[in-house]
Amino acid sequence: MSGFVSIRNLHKFYGTFEALKGIDLDIAEGEVVCVVGPSGSGKSTLIRCINQLEDFAAESEIRVDGTPVKPGRALAKVRAEVGMVFQSFNLFPHLTVRRNVMLAPMRVRGMQAAEAAERADVLLRRVGIIEQADKHPAHLSGGQQQRVAIARALAMEPRVMLFDEPTSALDPEMVGEVLDVMKQLAGTGVTMIVVTHEMGFARQVADRVIFMDGGEVIETGTPEAIFSNPTEARTQNFLSAVLNH
Amino acid sequence: MEIIETFFNLEVLHRAFPMLMKGLWITLKLGLVSIVAGLILGLVLALVRLYAPRPAQLIARIYIDVFRSLPLLVLLIIVYYALPFVGLRLSPFWSAMSALTLVSGAYTAEIFRAGIQAIPHGQFEASAALGLSYRHTMVDVILPQAVKIVIPPLTNNSINVIKDTALASVVAMPDLLKQATQAQALAANPSPLIGAAIIYVMFLWPAVAAVSRLERRFGAGDR
Repeated sequence: MSGFVSIRNLHKFYGTFEALKGIDLDIAEGEVVCVVGPSGSGKSTLIRCINQLEDFAAESEIRVDGTPVKPGRALAKVRAEVGMVFQSFNLFPHLTVRRNVMLAPMRVRGMQAAEAAERADVLLRRVGIIEQADKHPAHLSGGQQQRVAIARALAMEPRVMLFDEPTSALDPEMVGEVLDVMKQLAGTGVTMIVVTHEMGFARQVADRVIFMDGGEVIETGTPEAIFSNPTEARTQNFLSAVLNH
Repeated sequence: MEIIETFFNLEVLHRAFPMLMKGLWITLKLGLVSIVAGLILGLVLALVRLYAPRPAQLIARIYIDVFRSLPLLVLLIIVYYALPFVGLRLSPFWSAMSALTLVSGAYTAEIFRAGIQAIPHGQFEASAALGLSYRHTMVDVILPQAVKIVIPPLTNNSINVIKDTALASVVAMPDLLKQATQAQALAANPSPLIGAAIIYVMFLWPAVAAVSRLERRFGAGDR
């Protein structure tokens, strides 16, 4: 069986350090997957390979909806189908919030400005930030910026959304508003792969939780199985460290 | 009174004024053409140095280093007096313009490179993740931010180019300085030289002041 996102034998080296040690993973369309694990476990590297922000070993294979992820023309197509939200937001500081959301549909899909603006406003309303549409990102709080970043990624109507620790750079009081938007998004049927330290979110929203450590997938299962009955010692150790304090 | 007679002789200045204006026009024309050509050359060199295949990067780097080391006057004299030996005979204007552009291009390349490298890597990643092409990433995301960073040093460089146009007087270019020295010879009085100096300052002082203002404003961190 191969999934909507299929990852085969994924290896990634930084020099001689092996960050990913042969990952195999299939993710079904509409599935919400949370990837958890200690820092340095390779979870961010894993999702950054899916839209090839990171190169990976030649013998590895990643496919998104059947299209192989590799340099060339197909990569632009994959990237247009795969949205990404970063830990540090990475909004375009010289553009207004609305323009941030409009840019990619206009440049990649050739959409007219009026239509792009209209759709941007729909998305900004959805993430609850329409009042800030004419401001520049620097004038928004971190939580607001991250919600804009989600709207910007959604503007391309991606079939897969990658979240790379989307709440890790936020002040604690702003984490909730971003997670709420993500929960709402999970209900719309878009495929989501979320690297996160928010165990509550993973437990509540994920269809499947993947625990990684040392560049390998150690254990995968339903949130119930992972959080209540982890079978691997490393998973148990990690969870007791993050949950019991 | 002797000093005023000698250096600020109004009658001599009045007679020299048309010549000085003609010279000023040529100085500005030469300066502006060289600045614009140098900007284009510099941007291309910076992009080649940053993103082209290895061998092209190396060539751009060697070019930039050579033309930053070579005194402009030496280059100018080579272009005007040495190239004719291989059959390339350029007018004083084109000789001066070529020399100024070649050197200014090397300096602006370094300015653009620093500007582009100052943009956080996340901006490139966000653009790539959205599927933007290299061209759109540059035109819509990176360069608009880099321009803000590079405007003060670019303005500085442009001031230097205008000042360096005075070197063109050694290749018989009838620029502001050349006209002033000729008027001085005709009148047997140095007032036209003082007049030329005042004109240079009048044109460049506002630019110098603008750089300070820009540096203060962009330095304030409105990004």
